[in-house]
Amino acid sequence: MRYSLASLLRRGLARNVGWTPAWRDAAPRAAYDVIVVGGGGHGLATAYYLARNHDVGKVAVLERGWIGSGNTGRNTTIVRSNYLLDANARFYEHGMKLWEGLSRELNFNVMFSQRGVINLAHSKPQMDGFARRGNAMRLNGIDAELLDREAVREKVPELDFSEAARFPIHGGLLQPRGGTARHDAVVWGYARAADRLGVDIIQDCEVTGFQMQGERVVGVHTSRGDIAAGRVGLAVAGHTGQVAALAGLRLPIESHLLQACVSEPLKPLVDTVVTFGAGHFYLSQSDRGGLVFGGDLDGYNSYAQRGNLGMIEHVVAAGVSMMPCLSRTRLLRHWAGVMDMSMDGSPIIGASPLDGLYLNCGWCYGGFKATPASGWVFAHTLAEGAPHALNQAFTLDRFAEGRCLDEKGAGPVPGAH
Amino acid sequence: MLIKCPWCGERDAGEFSYGGDASRPRPAEDAAEADWLAYVYDRDNPRGPHQEFWQHSHGCRQWLRLRRDTLSHEVLASGPAGEPLGDGE
Amino acid sequence: MSRLAQGGLIDRERPLSFAFDGRRYQGFAGDTLASALLANGVGLVARSFKYHRPRGIVSAGAEEPNALVTLHGGARTDPNARATMVEVHDGLVAASQNRWPGLAFDLGQVNDWLSPFLSPGFYYKTFMAPGRGWRFYEGIIRRAAGMGRASRLPDPDRYEARNLHCDVLVVGGGPAGLTAALAAGREGRRVLLLDENPRFGGWLWKEEREIDGQPALDWLAAAEAELAAMAEVRLLPRTTAFGYYDHNLVAAVERVTEHLESPGDGLPRQRLWRIRAGRVVLATGATEQILTFADNDRPGVMLAGAVRAYLHAYGVLPGRRAVIATNNDSAYRTALALHRAGAEVAAVLDSRSDSAAPEVATVRDLGLPIHFGATIRRALGGKTLQGVDSDAGRFDCDLLCLSGGWAPAVDLYVQSGGRLRHDEGLGCLVPDRAKQACVSVGSAAGSFALADCLAAGNDSAGGYVVPPEGIGVEPRAPTPGPGKRFLDPQTDTTLADVGQAMDEGYRSVEHLKRYTTLGMGVDQGRIGQIPARLAVAEARGQPLAAMAATAHRPPAVPIALGSLAGREIGAHYRPLRRTPMDGWHAARGVSWQDAGLWRRPQFYPVGDENIDQASAREVAATRGGVGLCDVSPLGKIDIQGPDTAEFLNRVYVNGWKGLAVGRARYGLMLRDDGLVFDDGTTSRLAEHHYLMTTTTANAHAVLAMLEYHLQVIWPDLRVLVADVTDQWAAMSIAGPRARELLAGLVDIDIGNQAFPFMAVAECRIAGVAGRLFRISFSGELAYEVAVPADYGQAVWQAIVDAGGPHDLVTYGTESLGTMRIEKGHAAGPELNGTTTPADLSMARLVSGKKPFIGHRLLGREGLGDGARPALVGLLPVDGKTWIKAGAQLLTEAEAKPPVHTLGHVTSIAFSPELDTPIALALLSDGAERRDQIVYAHFPLHNEVVAARVTSAHFIDPDGERMRG
Repeated sequence: MRYSLASLLRRGLARNVGWTPAWRDAAPRAAYDVIVVGGGGHGLATAYYLARNHDVGKVAVLERGWIGSGNTGRNTTIVRSNYLLDANARFYEHGMKLWEGLSRELNFNVMFSQRGVINLAHSKPQMDGFARRGNAMRLNGIDAELLDREAVREKVPELDFSEAARFPIHGGLLQPRGGTARHDAVVWGYARAADRLGVDIIQDCEVTGFQMQGERVVGVHTSRGDIAAGRVGLAVAGHTGQVAALAGLRLPIESHLLQACVSEPLKPLVDTVVTFGAGHFYLSQSDRGGLVFGGDLDGYNSYAQRGNLGMIEHVVAAGVSMMPCLSRTRLLRHWAGVMDMSMDGSPIIGASPLDGLYLNCGWCYGGFKATPASGWVFAHTLAEGAPHALNQAFTLDRFAEGRCLDEKGAGPVPGAH
Repeated sequence: MLIKCPWCGERDAGEFSYGGDASRPRPAEDAAEADWLAYVYDRDNPRGPHQEFWQHSHGCRQWLRLRRDTLSHEVLASGPAGEPLGDGE
Repeated sequence: MSRLAQGGLIDRERPLSFAFDGRRYQGFAGDTLASALLANGVGLVARSFKYHRPRGIVSAGAEEPNALVTLHGGARTDPNARATMVEVHDGLVAASQNRWPGLAFDLGQVNDWLSPFLSPGFYYKTFMAPGRGWRFYEGIIRRAAGMGRASRLPDPDRYEARNLHCDVLVVGGGPAGLTAALAAGREGRRVLLLDENPRFGGWLWKEEREIDGQPALDWLAAAEAELAAMAEVRLLPRTTAFGYYDHNLVAAVERVTEHLESPGDGLPRQRLWRIRAGRVVLATGATEQILTFADNDRPGVMLAGAVRAYLHAYGVLPGRRAVIATNNDSAYRTALALHRAGAEVAAVLDSRSDSAAPEVATVRDLGLPIHFGATIRRALGGKTLQGVDSDAGRFDCDLLCLSGGWAPAVDLYVQSGGRLRHDEGLGCLVPDRAKQACVSVGSAAGSFALADCLAAGNDSAGGYVVPPEGIGVEPRAPTPGPGKRFLDPQTDTTLADVGQAMDEGYRSVEHLKRYTTLGMGVDQGRIGQIPARLAVAEARGQPLAAMAATAHRPPAVPIALGSLAGREIGAHYRPLRRTPMDGWHAARGVSWQDAGLWRRPQFYPVGDENIDQASAREVAATRGGVGLCDVSPLGKIDIQGPDTAEFLNRVYVNGWKGLAVGRARYGLMLRDDGLVFDDGTTSRLAEHHYLMTTTTANAHAVLAMLEYHLQVIWPDLRVLVADVTDQWAAMSIAGPRARELLAGLVDIDIGNQAFPFMAVAECRIAGVAGRLFRISFSGELAYEVAVPADYGQAVWQAIVDAGGPHDLVTYGTESLGTMRIEKGHAAGPELNGTTTPADLSMARLVSGKKPFIGHRLLGREGLGDGARPALVGLLPVDGKTWIKAGAQLLTEAEAKPPVHTLGHVTSIAFSPELDTPIALALLSDGAERRDQIVYAHFPLHNEVVAARVTSAHFIDPDGERMRG
């Protein structure tokens, strides 16, 4: 069923009887040409672009629980491509272009809202750093604007411009095309679109091991039986270490908690995405009205999907310091996602040491916005057996070669990225 | 979380700084580059008991070794960082 | 007026005036906003989130879905406050929300008529036009969504936090919580009992009950008195436990002043309690459930228990003619209470076939009409309830009391990691296996009878005698049909929505919840939990017991962000570190610069100088004469022990074995991955005593790294380290006249022979015992003076006083930066965590004779690549245009994106000596490009500056000045 205003009206007049499933609940077959492990945004986007852009035969997505149950449904939904390093900037900018046409492409409104992303700067060195990044963005064909204090005030007057501010706002870096999207809609939209192209989406199907033929992966063992595969791609960020270990791989990844929060729904208060520069805090307002915000990692290895109070207090203190009127709004929920923290803060997309097995992991905080680009290049990698130009730098070998993609210069301390 | 410092006793995790995976033996200075690469970059990253370093940075500043469950956050054992960890206490 | 002539726990001697939507009403002390509105006959209090349907007060507690109001105004505006939890004080101002132009006539109600086209997920299915198209629709959706309107002004109130340790934390002061607290208190334990209400007792003050033959209120008073008399027991009313975290940490918020008309000075609005408990008793009670039928959201539809509470606690009769619909025995107590209060009970509609419970018999004996096997089909009316249409016929009424059973409040329990199980008999989820040291008791554990609640803490001490009561819940799945049958009134989610989501394949409980927004509201769908589970299980064709419970995440109830932020906001967001000479600088009207947590003088303006003028003057005066700079924030680490030289040899890339006592040396340290970590000078003060300096930014990280290596990697080294950054005031005296100035202040010979470059000595400076270092960051003849912090300002003043004849200037970080850039010293912008020693032209420093931290991975192919950016100097070709920091470097003046850049400008300054702007840059193939022209692109400002590549050492490349 194609979605449109007409279909809404037609179904509405029929008392909303007769809607059909957005995607089939497929049962696993004995074999697929390509299996994507992980039914989050990345896995589903990969399957969609495999079917759309490549001639690879039968594709399946295997999901342990329900699709979108991992980090796609746990993030703060920010989309941006304001990166410094060429490899990151070009990759995320490709994603930005895909985002811009995604609702129509998927026939599913992912509510991509280009309301702008402002990074606040609180010192001259920080402004210099933003200038460096903004100039690099512009030279990579990405939109960026440097804002002075007054320009920031004009856009978000509720920020703390008072004398009391511990770290006064000097200015900011704006990416006007950045914004937010509706996370669940991305999952459902890709699932529905992939399903229409014949992809099997198999939920409640946990991968428990890999079928090997020598050094080659030829299929997976699952909670719903063995499935053979020409190629297997992992898109299980947060749990990559666990799934890769089933194939005997040890990766440059640690799993860490990142907490996120949402306030009660309020009438429009903040019209852009704002990030604090004197602490970890980022804020946007969802279309439902909830203020969505997050901060820094809890700071230790964890798979718990539940964070602790101390970090919430720090994050909220940063938020109220950035925007004092937040103090009286109420926190509705806070939760945690499990991040694949890589050793340089950038993702790994490409071949694994085993033939037939490909990795898409190490997303750190950046996974959600990467969804379309990640699916695009991972589909290419799986279909061709070789990387797309945009993920050539995201190899597993870059650490051994000394070609890390370290935007922050934080070094091999995953929690610091 | 509560973390047991071998010198100061049980304290809130806020007093400590995380020092990462403690299960990796540091290679000898002249060990092969591959060993150093594995040490610096690769992790077991277990879902369950995990041996890790913490420093009592807002306390006695001693480094300690902890066995902590990364799924439940339960602390299973703690001891001085420079010594192997017992089975728990 | 619906206020009864007598009864209730309100203080009728203290009338209060309050306003709702601009009209003034009267209530009494002890009223909630909800009870006061009901007492005034105000039935319509809100409009619903999506369809703008008229809504009234449903509950008498925290679970209230409808009656959300905005309190106060201006900077104290408090949107989405639950009227059932707001205590009325004189002058309270409240307003309804999410309606326009008013509550009675709300244009938004058009959504109710359009609802067939606003089915679940309608916004996913249209408005797909990219760019502006969606932004336009989004604006409409955003304005329609949301509930209350937040203030845009800073919150004038204050919040604070306290920590508390106890043996037993009891959450909830109902009968179960009270007996648990009494039992623990009698054993002498440290007990904390908290309750979200202004008073303890739970249901004991919300309805008429008896314990041991006495009114329950008497028992309650005695219990409270006994607890209050226990020294180790603390009682916190108005305190809501909202989060249960690892290792038995429970977080609660106490509402300190919100119920007061004029809070006393110094009191916080709210107080966050961080409670670390040995054991937690969860006596959080249970939430009564609604029944699902068409238009079950009309104003006048209330929970049966809430009606008892309004009667008993507030003396309010919410209706004159009532119908009661139930699937259990508890609602019969409402029939009794209404009857006794003089209301007419038109019918009791019981969906069960019969009940033998004593309260049923009492109602029957009174002759009130009971219809077994009867359910409601539809509620009648619009803004007010007119009646019900049921299996047993039509009944006119203005009050409909619902009881769809009770759901234990398990939020905190689930947050603690505990598992739930479905209890067939009770028809609800109850705690099963706890994970942390906690126990659920009373209604929270599914023990709904008062006798069982009182037994909670009392299993050894013998029970209390209470009249028998029935429970007898028989839940049944709601039946679909025409009309809106709400499962979650707050989010306007209906039974039909669940059906549609199922048809569309959103069958997993989490998909369904997210797609329909069922249970996603502020109230988390509490009063519709059981009907919703029944409906979903039915739709999935699955037994309830097999259905997954949805997650409960903190906070259990919404809490103000201010209470979490506490006092670490605004000016106190981070501590401010001041150098020992801070007061002197402040008195000079200095311009400050943040450097991490430190504040440092950026420049010392004379007259109305701007930063560039002041800095140019300071630099010229220093290079031409002598300048004084506060350098206290540099990290200082005291290192002692016989193996220190070996230790430093392993830490730094360069050799340290040959450093003599009384000498300093520059050192560079790497991370394990071979990239530059930090730099600084380390001095050998005595045979086994060294002092290391670090950059300000990395002071903590370097210390922790040194401690790690000493404690974990090299425990055999006899070395101790201690941070002494705060112990010393440090000041740099630089310039050709530095020696003549200092000579008069110190008690040692500082001639170039006796005290050459990189010499170190202990001596008296202006009479104060301290240390003198002949080190230079500026490239001039320079000394660094260090004295104990307490003497800093005095010594600084002495130097300033002595400097008069030498034309001494004080200079700030701007001039410090200029001089280090002129000298080509790498600092923060160059030590950015991605550079190697070779990138910074310091490859010569790296020893090939010894291992050091990072040496093994320094040789990686990518780190030796000749094309890596290397440190160079840049001069504008025209000799005058500033090259901006953050500019990107290309060999062409024209750039057509996307282009790969060759590097970037890291640091910039104006050199008074060269009379030109200068810059440091990291440039690919930097050494090869010497004397070539590159273009510094700053597209953010549409600027391109042609620059000539030079050495990074703009001034005195051979270092003659500092050695002279």
